[in-house]
Amino acid sequence: MTNMLEIKDLHAEVGGTEILKGLNLTIGEGEVHAIMGPNGAGKSTLSYVLSGRDGYEVTSGSISYRGQDLFELAIEERAAAGIFLGFQYPVELPGVSSTTFLKTALNAILRQRGEDELDAMQFMKRLRTHTKALNISDDMLRRGVNVGFSGGEKKRNEILQMALLEPSFAVLDETDSGLDIDALKVVAEGVNALRAPDRSILVITHYQRLLDYIVPDFVHVLANGKIARSGGKELALELEENGYGEYASGTSGIEAA
Amino acid sequence: MSYTTETADQVSSIAGEKYKYGFVTDIEMDLAPMGLNEDIVRFISAKKDEPEWLLQWRLRAYERWLTMEEPKWAKVQYPEIDFQDAYYYAAPKSKEDGPKSLDEVDPELLRTYEKLGIPLLEQQMLAGVAVDAVFDSVSVATTFRKELAKVGVIFCPISEAVKDYPELVQKYLGSVVPYSDNFYATLNSAVFTDGSFCYIPKGVRCPMELSTYFRINQANSGQFERTLIIADEGSYVSYLEGCTAPQRDENQLHAAVVELILLDDAEIKYSTVQNWYPGDADGKGGIYNFVTKRAACRGRNSKVSWTQVETGSAVTWKYPSCILQGDNSVGEFYSVAITNNLQQADTGTKMIHIGENTSSTIIAKGISAGRSQSTYRGLVRMQPGAKGARNYTQCDSLLIGDKCGAHTVPYIENRNRTAQIEHEATTAKISEDQLFYCRQRGLTDEEALSMIVNGFCKQVLQELPMEFAVEAQKLVGISLEGSVG
Repeated sequence: MTNMLEIKDLHAEVGGTEILKGLNLTIGEGEVHAIMGPNGAGKSTLSYVLSGRDGYEVTSGSISYRGQDLFELAIEERAAAGIFLGFQYPVELPGVSSTTFLKTALNAILRQRGEDELDAMQFMKRLRTHTKALNISDDMLRRGVNVGFSGGEKKRNEILQMALLEPSFAVLDETDSGLDIDALKVVAEGVNALRAPDRSILVITHYQRLLDYIVPDFVHVLANGKIARSGGKELALELEENGYGEYASGTSGIEAA
Repeated sequence: MSYTTETADQVSSIAGEKYKYGFVTDIEMDLAPMGLNEDIVRFISAKKDEPEWLLQWRLRAYERWLTMEEPKWAKVQYPEIDFQDAYYYAAPKSKEDGPKSLDEVDPELLRTYEKLGIPLLEQQMLAGVAVDAVFDSVSVATTFRKELAKVGVIFCPISEAVKDYPELVQKYLGSVVPYSDNFYATLNSAVFTDGSFCYIPKGVRCPMELSTYFRINQANSGQFERTLIIADEGSYVSYLEGCTAPQRDENQLHAAVVELILLDDAEIKYSTVQNWYPGDADGKGGIYNFVTKRAACRGRNSKVSWTQVETGSAVTWKYPSCILQGDNSVGEFYSVAITNNLQQADTGTKMIHIGENTSSTIIAKGISAGRSQSTYRGLVRMQPGAKGARNYTQCDSLLIGDKCGAHTVPYIENRNRTAQIEHEATTAKISEDQLFYCRQRGLTDEEALSMIVNGFCKQVLQELPMEFAVEAQKLVGISLEGSVG
């Protein structure tokens, strides 16, 4: 069986500064992994390298996604291939209603995959199956994407997109930041509902709290651009107890967001 | 970062190829001798077999024009225009013998319009849209005229209206834009060749959309069309104009005049989708679009609404205006102006409030990409008698890349204490964050850009007649192709 993701000796830099310094990580199908680490460890950089953002330059190493060289794919091709990034800071698109955005995105992905696009009716039907569980109101769907959304609304909107686009591999970057406990539960339930044998999830977080609700199969500590330690879910609790002190690097890098 | 260099590369590779209306129709033309003098004015008038009063009107305009200077106050730059280096009359030869029905129109012309997406054979046409097709200096076909005549609506080339409805034309021609109005309007008055005429009688709601499709084909020619629309008491009409031209290395001048007259309780909705050839990525070629459009709301409770989507032309100089004379009359201006590469647009509106309780709304959206410059220039004037008048103005600019410019120049003159004027303006830039977010969801750069810009323009695009709104949305995307890397 091929793995969902194999990262080997990954080095990447941002603006000439090396942030990832030989990162290795393997994620199997259906697994949920969590990456924890101090600020500046390179967590967000990893999520941007995975999604292909400009300005995040890979200097050496490889990433194989379902047996394919990830670096051969452009950003939108990775999206069509099933890679989804839940943003730490979802971006506002004034004047573009959420409904329009979701429909355009879904159809763009279907088109790239050579599948039939959905018409307005089919799309609305599919959308409705997801909005209820995530407590997304019609008003939210009519408003500009993320414009005037509360922190919780923004994150629920990210999970709605994930549910609709049905990715094979989702990276959730600090999905818990800025959420109160009630909002966190709704978001976590949304993610848990999407756990599936053919879908892998990488949860990036600074705090253990989120992992009480999205229970990972594996936990990794990212420090100074490398995986410093890996373990089961109990590793998260240990980190909560002891902090990241022992992983603090002398040359604390820049968290390039 | 590489973002900008890539932008420049892409723009140069794509621009010029994307203008799909750039073809030339090979057809024998009847031309006036090149240049401009009194004889040319007489030549045009004679070609049209015009009455003496109109010839005299043209000659007065020409005399006046000789004493005028080109306006230089707009934020646009272009080389001196040599007014002697152009043809002022160009008509397909076949028109000479005067085809009177659609069956007699030169098939080459029919094919041209078909290629432009404007089939002129009624059975193929968009139901509910009557078209007047103006090719260089003449109207080559007007569809659905019989249907319209049944309800009393007159829709025909203005050259025919001069003969068939002389009293209406004489009464209203030049009554909103006088022949002495400005350099280009005066030039137009001297040498205008064709355009559309439309009269909606009392109490009639025009049963279909009327539209005029302007096509410049002849090289080295200018197009000077004149449109006159009269909405009598309690009538309504929705009118749309579209424009395209072949892709050429020389600049061509288009100087039109549009006059709208509204009597009591009348309403005109006037929409423009302007897609003249914009020139190539280096600014070579393209149309100079210097247009005077004005509506006179003479009657009480009359309402005029200008909606324009300006994507073409190398240089645009255009301010569709409303004279709100009748009490309670309403003027609206909804505009999207997109400039890319080296295009320049200086466009906006004038709202002149004369009557009591008159109100106006201005929503202007400017989008600049490449190395283009886009300016909103508008005047809101409250005359002493404009008791209780109101204006709301919103000007939003969107910048794509870092080599373009957006400017807002509002003029506000208030001479009545009870009048209310509101002005809001914003400037935003499409960010790399927004494009990345969209691409991570599966959209290409250009799909993302088109979606974001359409969102930005939504308020204006939704004012277009349904049949054209979808077209306009696509056009917005096409105009910006190659503007991100």
